[in-house]
Amino acid sequence: MNNVFVYCEIEDGQVAEVSQELMTKGRSLANELGCQLDAIVIGSELDGIEKEIYPYGVDTVFIADDKRLYPYSTLPHTSIIVKLFQEQKPQIALMGASSIGRDLGPRVSSALHSGLTADCTSLIIGDHFDKKQDKNYENLLYQIRPAFGGNIIATIINPDCRPQMATVREGVMKKEVVDPKYKGKLVKLEVAKYVSEADFVVEIIERHMEKSKVNMKAAPIVIAGGYGMGSKENFQLLYDLAEVLGGEVGASRAAVDAGYVDHERQIGQTGVTVRPKLYIACGISGQIQHRAGMEESAQIIAINTDPEAPINSVADYVITGDVATVLPKMIKYYKQNTK
Amino acid sequence: MKAYKIIVLAKQVPDTRNVGKDAMKADGTINRAALSAIFNPEDLNALEQALRIKDSFPGSTVTILTMGPGRAAEIIREGMFRGADGGILLTDRAFAGSDTLATSYAISQALKKVKDYDIIIAGRQAIDGDTAQVGPQVAEKLGIPQVTYVEEVQKIEKGKVFMKRRLERGVETVSCPIPLVMTVNGSAPDCRARNSKLLMKCKHAKTVTELQNSNEDYLHLYNDRPYLNIPEWTVNDIEVEQAELGLSGSPTKVKTVENVVLQAKDAKIISSSDNDIDELMRELIESHTIG
Repeated sequence: MNNVFVYCEIEDGQVAEVSQELMTKGRSLANELGCQLDAIVIGSELDGIEKEIYPYGVDTVFIADDKRLYPYSTLPHTSIIVKLFQEQKPQIALMGASSIGRDLGPRVSSALHSGLTADCTSLIIGDHFDKKQDKNYENLLYQIRPAFGGNIIATIINPDCRPQMATVREGVMKKEVVDPKYKGKLVKLEVAKYVSEADFVVEIIERHMEKSKVNMKAAPIVIAGGYGMGSKENFQLLYDLAEVLGGEVGASRAAVDAGYVDHERQIGQTGVTVRPKLYIACGISGQIQHRAGMEESAQIIAINTDPEAPINSVADYVITGDVATVLPKMIKYYKQNTK
Repeated sequence: MKAYKIIVLAKQVPDTRNVGKDAMKADGTINRAALSAIFNPEDLNALEQALRIKDSFPGSTVTILTMGPGRAAEIIREGMFRGADGGILLTDRAFAGSDTLATSYAISQALKKVKDYDIIIAGRQAIDGDTAQVGPQVAEKLGIPQVTYVEEVQKIEKGKVFMKRRLERGVETVSCPIPLVMTVNGSAPDCRARNSKLLMKCKHAKTVTELQNSNEDYLHLYNDRPYLNIPEWTVNDIEVEQAELGLSGSPTKVKTVENVVLQAKDAKIISSSDNDIDELMRELIESHTIG
């Protein structure tokens, strides 16, 4: 009771990366709160999946296994979680800010009348004193996220409603196995008690899922372009440099919105978080949402015509100049000076 | 052929994508006046999907429902210029401070008053909050299914809507019975432009409040042409529990808001000259950062 709960997303029979990251975060929150960490897995053919989950320090794994529960569909997954949360009364519930978590989270929060904060970049435990009610709240979940176009950082709390729900993007938290032999217990839910026929009105007719072509999270070097690149064609320079250096191309939201590059390359709060050895920001002004997704890079080079660009504040090297002049010079030097 | 009653949920938002230097005041707070108010981009994608259904099923109607201050009527007019039949402005001080849950409560209560709807279409998310929560929460409160991340409505057949969804790693085709809420992705087709005839026809459309504050010479027009009247609903027009609205109806509270203060690292400033770039590359290769 009153535990920390993580909704485990399943991809091709495996626990999604974002869920592994959230279990790691959930474990540290549970330790601080002195409670247990629980996980719920919903899908089909899940035999043995709990063994993948315990090592993150999960005390109880709830499994709802039924062939109708995979692929993910909103209504049955909502019904199971709502009922389970009513029984288990978790104090905190975490979900990935993926197309699944962002579909499921709001529906669950509405059914339970509990608050939900999307796309958090940090989660910590803290107290809150409410002056109006002269009431002190202990051990609330601070849900921290940039807001209003990234010009402010808001700390959101849910003082009175439970669970305190938050979604977090893949890559924001770091995953870590607590103990490969961690002892948890398994609870298999009797699915028929949790869902009704009416939950299956939405029919999945066809699905084409691909392994992501770009893997920016694993790339040692990320070369990212922003709105300042000016056009889709100019992005070619970034691909050229990425190829020479052995890196991956990323982008700011503004560049994605402008159609220069696909969404899957977006870095930042509403995209991917990366921590490469080297990050080269080209024509990126560096709004906080973008910085949230790259500022932990080991080395950052900012190339911008604006000497005042916010990106410069997180950079190790600031090149004030035009990307179109700088990048070819970098490529040229590299080609001449390496084998 | 059947006609459908379509409601588009739309929001007027500050244009956070184009935040200029003057958007922040000297004391570090946001200068809202410096941000223009726009039709939330993905809500325009939603409107386009609605208008396409209307094109395919003549007799269908598209109504824009928006919650916001009085000036949000602008987006209803904007929608009418592009082909919407009309709209409803949900406006009241009691809604101020609503989080997504209190917002979806107010909107769902307004929809219960509309009652007669088949398809509710919203943008996936609004650019001022990026939460993507109001669509699914409205669906839950109405007790109807939701389909999110829709890129295209493919067909409507035998009371079911067939849609293509765009997900992180691919696409999915689903069918869902009417009534439903769908939320539309920015990857869906852009909204059609304003139509000049509709612009002429609807440019005087006004809410009651706007009409009271204007020097409209042709007040009789508003009797002769009912479409020029944009209904304005307050808490008195919909059935609501006051405690569920605004701040009191919002489980989430903003504890603190910090302005983003940048503390610059000691960055090495270099020029784009050949020498400087060569020197930088040499350093990076030497430190095995690259190469």
